[in-house]
Amino acid sequence: MKKITKLGAVSALSLIVGATAAFAENVKIAFIDPLSGPFASTGTNGLHQYEFAADYMVNQNGGVLDGQMFEIVPFDNKISPKESLIQLQVAIDQGIRYIAQGNSSGVANALTEAIDKHNRRNPDSRVLFLNYAAVDPALTNDKCNFWHFRFDANADIKMDALTDVMAKDEDLKKVYIIGQDYSFGKAVAAAAVDMLGKKRPDVEIVGNELHPIGKVKDFTPYSRKIVASGADAVITGNWGADMLGLGKSVIENGFEGPIYTYYAAGSGITAAFGESGKDRIRLISQGGINPIATEEARAAYEAFEAKYPEGNIDQSRIFNVIGMLEKAIEQAGTANDVVAVAKELEGMEYDSMWGGKIFMRPQDHQAIQDMHVAVHTDQNIDFDYDQSGFGILTESTVEMASMDSPTTCDMKRP
Amino acid sequence: MELILVNIIDGLVTGLLLFMLSAGLTLIFSMMGVLNFAHASFYMLGAYFAYQISIALGFWMGLLIAPLIVGVLGAGVERYGLRRVHQYGHVPELIFTFGLALLIEELVQFIWGKNQMPYSVPEILNFTAFSIAGNSIPAYKIFMIFTSVAIFIGLLYILTKTRVGMIIQAALSYPRTVEALGHNVPLIFMGVFGVGTALAGVAGVIAGPVLGTFPGMAFVLGSIVFVTIVIGGLGSLWGALVASLLIGWITTFAKSYNIQMSDILNGIGISTPENLSENVFRDLWTVTSPQIADILPYILMVLILIFRPAGLFGKRHS
Repeated sequence: MKKITKLGAVSALSLIVGATAAFAENVKIAFIDPLSGPFASTGTNGLHQYEFAADYMVNQNGGVLDGQMFEIVPFDNKISPKESLIQLQVAIDQGIRYIAQGNSSGVANALTEAIDKHNRRNPDSRVLFLNYAAVDPALTNDKCNFWHFRFDANADIKMDALTDVMAKDEDLKKVYIIGQDYSFGKAVAAAAVDMLGKKRPDVEIVGNELHPIGKVKDFTPYSRKIVASGADAVITGNWGADMLGLGKSVIENGFEGPIYTYYAAGSGITAAFGESGKDRIRLISQGGINPIATEEARAAYEAFEAKYPEGNIDQSRIFNVIGMLEKAIEQAGTANDVVAVAKELEGMEYDSMWGGKIFMRPQDHQAIQDMHVAVHTDQNIDFDYDQSGFGILTESTVEMASMDSPTTCDMKRP
Repeated sequence: MELILVNIIDGLVTGLLLFMLSAGLTLIFSMMGVLNFAHASFYMLGAYFAYQISIALGFWMGLLIAPLIVGVLGAGVERYGLRRVHQYGHVPELIFTFGLALLIEELVQFIWGKNQMPYSVPEILNFTAFSIAGNSIPAYKIFMIFTSVAIFIGLLYILTKTRVGMIIQAALSYPRTVEALGHNVPLIFMGVFGVGTALAGVAGVIAGPVLGTFPGMAFVLGSIVFVTIVIGGLGSLWGALVASLLIGWITTFAKSYNIQMSDILNGIGISTPENLSENVFRDLWTVTSPQIADILPYILMVLILIFRPAGLFGKRHS
């Protein structure tokens, strides 16, 4: 019985593969991210964007090289580093050469170490790590390696761009920093204090506090403190329910200024803020959604909406991952020799359909790109989030943010 | 000074919300002797049902209908679930409600997904009622206060002044005698369970727009409700009210003021050690009140259990 099932599965698989790519093997990309548990919505949303980008940008145009198709193979890591390592091994055993992961820097740290070790020991089955969202600066500094490429801006770059924009506001006198009590919240707070201190020494930090992550029922007392402190602006790295709870409470309780955030869009948050967050919530992001950067991006977004009516393209960098990987494979002339592909990726300049250039800095494999500060609004929104009529509108742009930022990366190349 | 007044109002809102949850739970506990772990899940169901209804019929119909549905569901759970499990003792009952809580959470995720729901304050209440020294008090909070107070008065009246209330109170303490007098005690149990869960539903309906409607909302509030009824005294409505308000004010004030532990210790005559970073008690010295605000109710509960095991208003009968 088991044999028959296996046989059936194999023949079915070969049929599918045979149908999509008659000539060559697929280029498989393992997507290792949470697909169950509390962060499943983020993971699933990312997976949809990957699958769509691979189909839309590569497969529909005949694939890469001599007709090889991109295939996204999902693996559920339950956002656990331990589980991710098991899934990584499974992916490698299946002959997959490209690993995409993004949610949680804890997972990314575990993966990048494991991949480095694996590639040293098994030169025949080396893999590349395409990190599309884990923003811990260490990944492209102390912990960098040749196999890891980060397509998102790291936490310091984001704060640098955010404070660049904030520093231009002459009326800004007092800033309140609040975040979740764990490594990322602390990193955001430290970067904010450091960079605001350098760019605007006259601005006073009137509050800098952390709250328990995921446990605060009611943010009212925190909002009262923020209002009482006389702050002109709030900075927070909060995400998920903590972002929404804090933002809503601060606005309801009489805070008048802007709230600068990292993750206050999509996954239901945009819809839940609705009218109350209009012109108040600002977030640092990359990729121009409103106004849409190019006609090519407009067509892509419309096709995405047709396929996933309830989905959002809130991680446009995923399209850059696929586009840059395709370009690197074409230039290297092979998808199996990942060293050659990595060498093409290094230093690549790529014209993103979401606007601007993406430059993969060779010394630390950190993508340098335009960063935007966008506002939550329903005016001039072509592509809304959560089908709410609200979306994010680009207000200001920092071109090629942190192009010359220092790195402690000391990369050993094969 | 103004901030104290603002905090009193905020604490009152938090406390009254907690009261609506704990009132039902404390009645159920004293009646059946079992902790209903799924109580906060009914609160979550209230919010989700109200959200779904508010899309079609508006907020006010949600406020009216959602608690009714939750109450009927609760009564059904008692009639067809708990009552059957009851004969096997308290532990199976406990496990049953625990399983129910997990089941409801998974069901909610299955139907509505894992995202936040855009359930928001109705337009008519979406304004600032008044402000005190720049701190605005939203009209919705005033509405929450009035709703909960009205429910408290209504409950108190029914329980103490009407025939139904008297029978319920009698059934709580002496179910066999009440049964012998010809009253249908299982029906009373079912009714109390239904009303208790409906109250949790009301709490969900009015808290959903301010505290967020998401699958984790039951978990966030779950444990604190138990703490409330233990502090207040099991089965006491007044106890539930006083304990809820106490917890509301304690946590609100602790979060609003950055009281340093070092200030308190200095105040009682212990001086800060010279080399703090190497001191064994470093963490104790650097603790601030917002950090421990959420565990203060638990400390209070432990103290109450030690010094007054029946709770503030509880009557212990063996």
